[in-house]
Amino acid sequence: MKYVCLIYTPNDGQPPSAEMDALMAEYASMSEEAMKRGILTGGDRLAASASATTVRVRDGRRYTTDGPFAETKEVLGGFMIIDVPTLDEALAFAAKIPGARHGCVEVRPIADRGA
Amino acid sequence: MAPNEDREQIDRLFRRESARAVATLARVFRDFQRAEDAVQEAYIAALETWPAEGIPRNPAAWIVRSARNRAIDTLRRDKTAAVKYELLARLENITLPDPLLDDEPIADDRLAMIFTCCHPALAPETRVALTLRYAAGLRTEEIASGFLVPLPTLAQRLVRAKRKIVEAAIPFAVPEPSEMPERLNDVLSVIYLIFNEGYHASHSSDLIRVDLCADALHLANVLERLLPAEPEVLGLQALMLFHHARHAARVDDTGAAVPLEEQDREQWNIVSAARARALLAQAARHRLIGPYQLQAAIAGVHTSAPSWDATDWQQILALYDGLYTIEPSPVVALNRAVAVAYARGFDQGLALVDELLRDDMLTEYAPALVAHAELLRRAGQAQSAITWYERALSLTHAEPERRLLERRLTECSQTSANP
Repeated sequence: MKYVCLIYTPNDGQPPSAEMDALMAEYASMSEEAMKRGILTGGDRLAASASATTVRVRDGRRYTTDGPFAETKEVLGGFMIIDVPTLDEALAFAAKIPGARHGCVEVRPIADRGA
Repeated sequence: MAPNEDREQIDRLFRRESARAVATLARVFRDFQRAEDAVQEAYIAALETWPAEGIPRNPAAWIVRSARNRAIDTLRRDKTAAVKYELLARLENITLPDPLLDDEPIADDRLAMIFTCCHPALAPETRVALTLRYAAGLRTEEIASGFLVPLPTLAQRLVRAKRKIVEAAIPFAVPEPSEMPERLNDVLSVIYLIFNEGYHASHSSDLIRVDLCADALHLANVLERLLPAEPEVLGLQALMLFHHARHAARVDDTGAAVPLEEQDREQWNIVSAARARALLAQAARHRLIGPYQLQAAIAGVHTSAPSWDATDWQQILALYDGLYTIEPSPVVALNRAVAVAYARGFDQGLALVDELLRDDMLTEYAPALVAHAELLRRAGQAQSAITWYERALSLTHAEPERRLLERRLTECSQTSANP
């Protein structure tokens, strides 16, 4: 069962600092461990939400707006794709993502194309 | 046997036993809907064969076997199911008790079912509905009437929940020992929610409402048999039984709520109270204290007191101290503050309540406002009490509680007019 962990955090495009370095090191070590166990299949950190552009097409016309889809205090800062047997393992993994401590992690199954 | 009698007897057996069959098949399918469909087909088969061949000795096992066989047939015909072969293999591997000989219940599946229904990934109202439907075996219409929710709304909630269980792969499993305390707590809180809904609605004029209190007690009893080493299950049962014991004295003839201090203690059910005390003593032998045992112990002190004035407030306060250590919530802090008022004096209690009411969590919580008003009234500050009773009244919807607050308002304005 594949799930994507969407990591929402209040640290939107924060400049480098000792704190950020420590956080990134924590992400690196947990990702490495999860890859070794064969759980983590992909993911990445996103650039600051200010760099986002939102596109909609209505009646064949393209509308482009500056910024993310929703302006919120916590923004989508990264994602991880995992493959585990059930939601319980997915939630246990999500709880270990550093972003879960200061932001939140949305765990969504990837749509099953099979059945 | 007349055909009508057959039909009634088969209905009754299915009602009682199908929860187990759905649980076993849901574990295999990881899907409630498929499991229910298969059990429905088994029911049709029973209507066809039981009247002629007689009711099997272990109907539960017959239902599981028949539902499984029908599920296998359906799957074999299904050309689209991608997981078909895996499911078929799992279905064929179910260990089935012999329907003619074996009386063995299928315990693990029911326990896994309860934990799935109460999974934290589901919304609380959904957990309640799923638990009543699949663990207690209530019909959808009964749950809707029990919770005063329109039937389509409730049916929709169940459909969405079943879909989420499949799509998000919520497991059908008993949690690992490391997760057990937290997950068991989720299950117990669902059962207590069901009980409280029944308890607070039981004086409603609506007679078709089902007895949710009895369903909650039944679920706790099932859980006790499945998890005999968990003292909190006993604690919850004791707590519910202590409440149940005071049931008849809670509302007067005019339909107004009667506060504990004014209840006619002769009306308390001594059988329920004794059973609660025995369960609590049994729980204590495990030497593993928890919030439900502590709440039950508090209810037990109240129930043992011959009168309100003879209540052992020192002991109640000590128990609230313990509860607050485990569960430092604003509501527990509030109840503890009330115990402080009676154990050590109104000044100390009111000071604590004042402080707590500055917390946003409690300012819209009617029982907190009532508690404050009650302490002010008892401390002789009728005029201040009126303000708090009025605020509480504006947040209270249940008719018996409204009537009590209105009576208190009248009493307080008489006192402050003729001091």
